[in-house]
Amino acid sequence: MRHLLSCADLDLATATAILDLAEEMQQVQSRPVKKLPALRGRTIVNIFFEDSTRTRTSFEIAGKWLSADTINVSAKGSSVSKGESLRDTMLTLDAMGVDAFVIRHGSSGAAAQVASWVKAQVVNAGDGQHEHPTQALLDAYTMRQHFRLMGNDGFAGKKIAIVGDLLHSRVVRSNVLLQQVLGGEVVLVAPPTLVPTGVETWGCEVTGDLDSVIEEADIVMMLRVQRERMAGGFFPTEREYTESFGLTPERLAKLKNSAGICHPGPMNRGVEISSAAADAANSLVLDQVAAGVAIRMSVLYHLLGSNEGAAK
Amino acid sequence: MADSATNTPTSQVSRVVADDSEVARVLTRMAHQILEANHGAENLVLLGIPTRGVQLAKRLAALIESIEQHPVRQGELDITMYRDDLRANPTRNPARTSIPGSIDNSTVVLVDDVLFSARTIGAAFDALRDLGRPKAVRLAVLVDRGHHELPVAADHVGRTIHTAADERVAVLVTELDGRDAITITRTAQLGGQA
Repeated sequence: MRHLLSCADLDLATATAILDLAEEMQQVQSRPVKKLPALRGRTIVNIFFEDSTRTRTSFEIAGKWLSADTINVSAKGSSVSKGESLRDTMLTLDAMGVDAFVIRHGSSGAAAQVASWVKAQVVNAGDGQHEHPTQALLDAYTMRQHFRLMGNDGFAGKKIAIVGDLLHSRVVRSNVLLQQVLGGEVVLVAPPTLVPTGVETWGCEVTGDLDSVIEEADIVMMLRVQRERMAGGFFPTEREYTESFGLTPERLAKLKNSAGICHPGPMNRGVEISSAAADAANSLVLDQVAAGVAIRMSVLYHLLGSNEGAAK
Repeated sequence: MADSATNTPTSQVSRVVADDSEVARVLTRMAHQILEANHGAENLVLLGIPTRGVQLAKRLAALIESIEQHPVRQGELDITMYRDDLRANPTRNPARTSIPGSIDNSTVVLVDDVLFSARTIGAAFDALRDLGRPKAVRLAVLVDRGHHELPVAADHVGRTIHTAADERVAVLVTELDGRDAITITRTAQLGGQA
């Protein structure tokens, strides 16, 4: 694999191999020496133009546990703030002999743009409102573990409801694309104001009525209400949002016993998810976090383990 | 070598060196040798190296248990990420590693099907170092075919087979291949027509 820019880059064999290896990588966390030599001598630069403690740290740990040298570049206080263009910044770092960039950027398509410039391999760690493929992979990993625990393997026929701010979420698109590969059936639930244009081309059902899908969902994934982006008047009040689209204790009670609850974090308790749901026995929120390092180890291994993905 | 476009008459000449009953005898002898060297089954951990070493380790563990009436710890040690040729090859999907408890102060017997370049075993030593500190590490292989590239010798050898470098020695196990056998395959050119 040359880059991981989008979940559309993955075929079933590769996606499955990544999930399978993540299972092995999770075991490494319980070893006395949490280190594998697979990426010895590789250099990975995590360059984050947006803050993200969770994603950046898990990529850094993942790289280190595979024995790569990982370097964090925060765009704040760097040459970027001195007015250097993205292209010049990336080409400068690329010229230092970096093997891979893990990039988070506020503009959709930034990772793909960077990949077209540099010799290094590129992992998209979130680009604007576009994609966040490793998040979708760790979601799928968590769901798969949950399905297995419920004695019902595989994604085929599973109903995955993704609820909330579809418009600003990069997690949604990656999840939709990944489930098209894995075979799960995604239902998108949101108020009309938070549905992105062109959603009809995504090939999944879209509804404004959470109560119509809650009883048959195998997974409900609650998206964060991004308060910082809510100045646009997408819904009247938070309370009204919660009433229609929150995972309230009442809706929690309607879920199937075997259903799992996901949230990419950070959660707004009492808004999109009630504390009862966040802390429920079938809440997978902490499993998602725990899967983060393992999935990123697996992705880095698939990119850098062999020379076949390197620039010729 | 498979040149199907021009249909060059090459053929895979394969012969069976040991059949299922012979493999069973060899494994039984190896189980006894492992017990003898360890003075019993105490503190023994058998680690099979995927793919077929895992099946062989399971067989040996079962044999040792039936001989000694004493349970033996047995697991799997994947060495993919420790290979020295990892980068040069297309991405390999690592297999499972499962270690039955701590290996500290135990006697680890690495089990593999064929000892050839010995690079797998070299990688296995590195992998073990990350997992703990055994009292001793021994090596059991069903076939030692020579051509070692590292200073490694097996402690318990099922069969020593003198081979040419272009021959291929395969160990078949019932669980994966439908039968137990050791075979040697040589790709021979038939005739010289262009």
